[in-house]
Amino acid sequence: MAATLPAGPFPGEETIARSEPTPRPPARSARAPWGDRLFAAAALSAALLTLALLAGIIVSLLIGAAPAVQEYGLSFLVRSEWDPVQNRYGGLVMIYGTLMSSFIALLIAVPVSFGIALFLTELSPRWLKRPLGVAIELLAAVPSIVYGMWGLLVFGPILARFVQGPLQSAFGHVPVLGGLFSGPPVGLGLLSAGIILAIMIIPFIASVMRDVFEVTPPMLKESAYGLGSTTWEVMWRVVLPYTKTGVVGGIMLGLGRALGETMAVTFVIGNMNQLSSLSLFEAANSITSALANEFAEAGAGLHQASLIYLGLVLFFITFVVLSLSKLLLMRLELGEGSKS
Amino acid sequence: MSRVLAFDASKLALHRHRKRVNALALTLSLGAMAFGLFWLIWILFETLRLGVGGLSLQVLTEMTPPPQAEVGGLANAIFGSIAMVTLATAIGTPVGILAGIYLAEYGQRNWLGRVTQFINDILLSAPSIVIGLFVYSVVVASTRTYSGWAGVLALALIVIPVVVRTTENMLKLIPNALREAAYALGAPKWKVILTITLKAARAGVVTGVLLAVARIAGETAPLLFTALSNQFWTTKLTEPMASIPVTIFKFAMSPYQNWQSLAWVGVFLITLGVLGLNILARVLFRNKN
Repeated sequence: MAATLPAGPFPGEETIARSEPTPRPPARSARAPWGDRLFAAAALSAALLTLALLAGIIVSLLIGAAPAVQEYGLSFLVRSEWDPVQNRYGGLVMIYGTLMSSFIALLIAVPVSFGIALFLTELSPRWLKRPLGVAIELLAAVPSIVYGMWGLLVFGPILARFVQGPLQSAFGHVPVLGGLFSGPPVGLGLLSAGIILAIMIIPFIASVMRDVFEVTPPMLKESAYGLGSTTWEVMWRVVLPYTKTGVVGGIMLGLGRALGETMAVTFVIGNMNQLSSLSLFEAANSITSALANEFAEAGAGLHQASLIYLGLVLFFITFVVLSLSKLLLMRLELGEGSKS
Repeated sequence: MSRVLAFDASKLALHRHRKRVNALALTLSLGAMAFGLFWLIWILFETLRLGVGGLSLQVLTEMTPPPQAEVGGLANAIFGSIAMVTLATAIGTPVGILAGIYLAEYGQRNWLGRVTQFINDILLSAPSIVIGLFVYSVVVASTRTYSGWAGVLALALIVIPVVVRTTENMLKLIPNALREAAYALGAPKWKVILTITLKAARAGVVTGVLLAVARIAGETAPLLFTALSNQFWTTKLTEPMASIPVTIFKFAMSPYQNWQSLAWVGVFLITLGVLGLNILARVLFRNKN
């Protein structure tokens, strides 16, 4: 049998032999690294631009705020006076307004977001998961100016009539609580700002929570169910402890958003640069709304520098909060591979 | 005998208690979901109710009116918004895509890539009014005039982080085998990225750009002291320029009836546009995947 095989090359071998000696086109091998280098440089410079943007923001804020920093130093943060007429400025009222309205927002948004995430991961029928998830995400897409106008003209009056009025008549004479609910119930102030901020950040917190709940290994959940746990016990004692860094990261992300939100707050906070009482109904001010209302009209000088100082404080706070959020979420991602 | 019964009773009580807690928690969870949807529906309903009423052809043809005027529209604001958003997207998108490519294809392992990714995520959520302050001190303070270009720049700086994030995420989803196959054919890296990986991730990248457009179309804060606003028609980007969000802000806070109803029309148009873009982006992304 073997002897009958033709002695010549196999049909395939011929073509391989023919194509092998073809030289590599020299022009191409010379050009490829050049194009590569150019492209890599372009990509690198685009990435560096992002870093430069951050540096630029910090430097420009520092330069702009310099006159106010020289004048007041850190005491700016605890001075409550804001008087453009006498040219004396302090940031306490705005910083308090920003922190307080965001705190109220978190108080409302965290439990609600947890409930939404629980619903989306454990309770919702499969076919409803996506549409409901998209609906909640659309809530995040609505521009903040829409929330602001709606808050001022639709929600504010309703809040004043059906929530603030009753609260005042119920608790107005209780010593401590009464103080929180004093002032004109007109639907403007820290409480309104807090509620609207809560509605705006619920989607951010809820979608992070949903995502981290979904990375919990099914094995863990199934084990707990197998031991006879109820859905709530699985959620509260197994899923939540497993994902707690991610959950806190999501809350921090929402907090960062709430602190920096401008338009929705500006419409409803009332823009009052005084801190006459601790009431949640009293008109107040936040860093962002002070900037939005006064910056374009402020003359160059101490007024403008003080506003930029406020912007610097805001950027610093949000930077810290968002960094924490990112670090916590990164830690969860790292743990994903090693655990279980 | 009695001890066993007592034990059973307490166990049953515990069981009932656990069941009750569970039912309560799940009901509250359902309530939270309803709470979230309730706001979305209410806001959309009010926007429709108050916005559609004022809608007419005049809105598209007339300039923003003085207070108490009979006629008036939003023509200059609509034009300003479209012009600034288009230019900002045109400037921000290429930079964002290139930076996203760097993060996904070059900077996966090195410290520069990690730092850039971190900073980009912070810029993504940073207060947009601070971007306005930055552009004010860089552009407006040195040119000594508010201008459309300053607004374009501020919006472009918001586009970049959004596009970087989605581009990076989408490129990372492309399987490495695809890249290796292209390299094995002798393609240089830039060609692999542009014609293979970026092309495979096209739907996701386009989605990111659409989401960025939706985001800046509704942005007000960064325009307040960069583009400012303008009562008149202008196509010159070196002058202050009106936009829908800033016009809404100005009109809504005023006591004048005609301004307020125009503001509602503006809110309606913006909401429609932004939600439309969002839904389009989702549909597009879903169909391609």
